[in-house]
Amino acid sequence: MTADVKTSIAARAARELRPGEVVNLGIGIPNLIPGLLGGATNVFLHTENGLLGVGPRPGESELDPDLIDAAKQPVTALPGAAYFDSAQSFAMIRGGHIHVAVLGALQVSIAGDIANWAVPGKDVLGIGGAMDLAVGARRVIVTMTATSSTGEPKVVPECTYPLTALAAADVVVTELSVLRLREGALVLTELLGDATVDQVRAATGAPFEIDLEDRRAA
Amino acid sequence: MATADGPIEPEEAVSAIRSGDTVMVGGFGLVGAPLTLIDALVESSDADELTIVSNNIGEPGRGLGKLLRQGRIKRGISSYFTSNPEAVAAVNADEIQATLVPQGTFAEAIRAAGAGIAGFLTPVGAGTVLAEGKEEHVVDGVPHVLERPIHADVALVYAARGDELGNLWYRRTARNFNPLMATAARVTIAEVGEIVSAGEIDPESVHTPHLYVDELVLSR
Repeated sequence: MTADVKTSIAARAARELRPGEVVNLGIGIPNLIPGLLGGATNVFLHTENGLLGVGPRPGESELDPDLIDAAKQPVTALPGAAYFDSAQSFAMIRGGHIHVAVLGALQVSIAGDIANWAVPGKDVLGIGGAMDLAVGARRVIVTMTATSSTGEPKVVPECTYPLTALAAADVVVTELSVLRLREGALVLTELLGDATVDQVRAATGAPFEIDLEDRRAA
Repeated sequence: MATADGPIEPEEAVSAIRSGDTVMVGGFGLVGAPLTLIDALVESSDADELTIVSNNIGEPGRGLGKLLRQGRIKRGISSYFTSNPEAVAAVNADEIQATLVPQGTFAEAIRAAGAGIAGFLTPVGAGTVLAEGKEEHVVDGVPHVLERPIHADVALVYAARGDELGNLWYRRTARNFNPLMATAARVTIAEVGEIVSAGEIDPESVHTPHLYVDELVLSR
């Protein structure tokens, strides 16, 4: 996956965010989103280690050892930010107070089940806040490449990797398309770049409906 | 309330930890971790067979990673062992037992222990491998998992500032699990960056009231 592909996925996911929303960004592609918001602070970024109002990465002189995000990278806090402990942070998440979680994933099923933390046969020793976010956020946007590095579709009839949460995904953004989970069905709502329906079909391991009426100019 | 005699030496503080104890250690990675207390536990205590409750098991050779290298951890209860590859290797070699808990459930279970709550139902983890062996209850049509509180014998926490009574003030994202852990153990030892007189922390800004804190230690 090239940096361009990742950036294009993140840029499309960023357009799903609405002014004033509280947004939690996962590690990987979602973490590219702040750089794509163009410095606009029209959403509030929440990080589960205890900060609402995450600002840009600090310059050398602003580095503060007590100020990191959930990826353990240094950040800044914007005016109006708030700090809190981990129980409160996850009460915000579980209690439905976070509008949007943007997560990476290994697989998403047509029921919206998400698998994003473990590959069978590998170590399953890190879950962090992924399950809480997938269950608790009001909208869950999955950002991922359409297929794995070995060419397997990541949208599948049923997840075969260990689950993060059942029926959690609302939107799946890949480099080819935007797929939405609507009333138990997977719906292709937008083709990205030069992608065709046939390409999306070839890269998707499950049937989907097509409703391209909300296609926007790129 | 912390002892009237003021701060004690870290070596004396960690002598409260016995072999076989469950020890909570604050911090998100190394941020907000009580590194002076961890070093004292590593260098001056011979307690082993410890169960460590901490979001991570330090980093290789840093923080709790030092205790791991000494082979004194029997079991880890964490949300993210992966930040220390040596901890992952120790689990895979059956040198330590691992209990993986979703981070929000981890935080809430510690909070519950300190608040006298015997268990709670959360939708997080339902239908996943992390719910195996736990009671599931369907509430209003939604599957939930019964989670039990996580108690400890000793909690080691870090705060940027403490007063002589043991009131604590945490700084920025170094707060994380520290205020929860301070409530959930039989004995709470607080490492502080500085000690001030009673009254110097604005009562409106006390994050952990002193009744939770048994001993104070100054960071080295």
